[in-house]
Amino acid sequence: MLAYLLRRLGLIIPTFIGVTIAAFAFIRLLPGDPVLLMAGERGLTPERHAALLKQFGFDRPLWEQYLDYLWGALSGDLGNSLVTKKPVFEEFFTLFPATLELSVCAIAFAVALGIPAGIIAAVKRGSVFDHTVMGSALVGYSMPIFWWGLLLIIFFSGILKWTPVSGRISLIYFFPPVTGFMLIDSLLSGQKGAFTSALSHLILPTIVLGTIPLAVIARQTRSAMLEVLSEDYVRTARAKGLSPMRVVGLHALRNALIPVITTIGLQVGVLLAGAILTETIFSWPGVGKWMVDSIFRRDYPSVQGGLMLIAAIVMLINLIVDLLYGLINPRIRHTG
Amino acid sequence: MSEQTANTPELDTRPAGRIALLIEFWQYFRENRGAVGGLVFFVFICLVAIFADFIAPHGATTQYRDALLVPPVWQEGGDWRYLLGTDAVGRDMLSRLIYGSRFSLFIGCVVVSLSLFAGIMIGLVAGYAGGATDTIIMRLMDIILSFPSLLLALALVAILGPSLTNAMIAIAIVQQPHYVRLTRAAVMGEKSKDYVTAARVAGVGPVLLMFGTILPNCMAPLIVQAALSFSTAILDAAALGFLGMGAQPPTPEWGTMLAEAREFILRAWWVVTFPGLAILLTVLAINLMGDGLRDALDPKLKRS
Repeated sequence: MLAYLLRRLGLIIPTFIGVTIAAFAFIRLLPGDPVLLMAGERGLTPERHAALLKQFGFDRPLWEQYLDYLWGALSGDLGNSLVTKKPVFEEFFTLFPATLELSVCAIAFAVALGIPAGIIAAVKRGSVFDHTVMGSALVGYSMPIFWWGLLLIIFFSGILKWTPVSGRISLIYFFPPVTGFMLIDSLLSGQKGAFTSALSHLILPTIVLGTIPLAVIARQTRSAMLEVLSEDYVRTARAKGLSPMRVVGLHALRNALIPVITTIGLQVGVLLAGAILTETIFSWPGVGKWMVDSIFRRDYPSVQGGLMLIAAIVMLINLIVDLLYGLINPRIRHTG
Repeated sequence: MSEQTANTPELDTRPAGRIALLIEFWQYFRENRGAVGGLVFFVFICLVAIFADFIAPHGATTQYRDALLVPPVWQEGGDWRYLLGTDAVGRDMLSRLIYGSRFSLFIGCVVVSLSLFAGIMIGLVAGYAGGATDTIIMRLMDIILSFPSLLLALALVAILGPSLTNAMIAIAIVQQPHYVRLTRAAVMGEKSKDYVTAARVAGVGPVLLMFGTILPNCMAPLIVQAALSFSTAILDAAALGFLGMGAQPPTPEWGTMLAEAREFILRAWWVVTFPGLAILLTVLAINLMGDGLRDALDPKLKRS
């Protein structure tokens, strides 16, 4: 297991360095030099321009600048936002819990619906249920989620008036963040109605962000389950006279879930990309919306830092998923 | 046919050549009703795009100042001149949707061609060369893949400047690693086979060996991927348009139309519903086709 871990780490380090180079290059690929970008519309005298270039170290060789950047990145210094002047690192991690909460809820929603739907579809293969699930999964998979979100707002917020249109919690509630997860914080605050408010704000974004993972997980569970159900050991278990529930739930499911877990892991990137759209539609104060806003505000240090941190998070989660995968599937650990 | 082949296995009496392959492919494809439905709808969209000038009742950007936010014809206040209603500046929704199909198909074609071409080239080199070249290329692809695709596309558009062309370039860059991986894997699988060795021994040079001998045998997964990424390209371009980083108004691109319609969602459902429905149906049709293609071309991946 240790060898496997080391091998995976050995793969991830060059990729991480590459990501930092990409983020470093990002700000230098923009038209105009970094100082002009930071100055924005104000304009600079040539002397001040040169002085600033020197002050920020942009006159030094590129590799020196890069090493500085890398060192800063590793110690949590990603520069300051041009708009708020606060450290990018701090800004990112103030907003990240909101994205994390939304993503966790979305993936939980997708797993809770997708896996049972996939299993039943596989067991009742060819039935109306199977066709309905697979048909809906294909529609879900093809869904432009930004439109899906707008439709849900029209229906549930506009017509039925069940859910709020945007934000994380009603403005009448205020309490200091403890965990950063609004659902938990609102419970901890003990304020009446706070939890319900947080929950009602969370429902639609969760559905929107969870739709594509739900479709993918349902399809993957069904096909993995079908494959496993045709294996000899399942037939043996059936022949032994085990109840269908036991055969499917215990024998087949354990092996069928292995590829499904990989699929769930692969949804991390999908979730973070989807979070950009979902957060924009619902004005959800997370890192996705912050990235889009930063791009529009030309707040390039924020964009640069956000790019790197998000890629690092995706890589980290993929690593964890890989390790889990090695844990449940010994074959990978020994050969892969 | 079956009798003869049973007796003398080396004698294959099926019609030879590409036509036969196409016929066989069509027979598989035809079995999948969803795929055929997708194909029909896709052809319909193509026809709409080609003949947009003849079937659109109004111009895509023509404004009728006396008809702002007119609802669709079946709703109270609807007008027969504007079947699906008009938007906030009095443009006919139906005409804009019809012209919009041109953009979506164009985006799909350009992005797939660019990423397919680049991906095949890079993948062939990586798979054929192996060693350090291969490692460097694949690490680069890993780096691209470690960013969420839409985020990377957004960042690239931030560098290049928001426009439809730049959005397409960005999406193509984000998508090509998938082709690189597929091509490389297929090339590595084929490279050591006897027919390649035979060609090499016969004196075929590396370029011809790559493109003439190996590549044609790696096409099936690439075609399937191309079909599926056609729909991803349309979705991503619409998402960029929606975020204001793709096609710019007044272009009747479906995602851009949605962005313009956002502020009216609670007042005029039709300006929001129809462009999204157009995206969904087009993407769905292409995905259905892609599933059918995969089943017909690649028996290994066949859905059970």
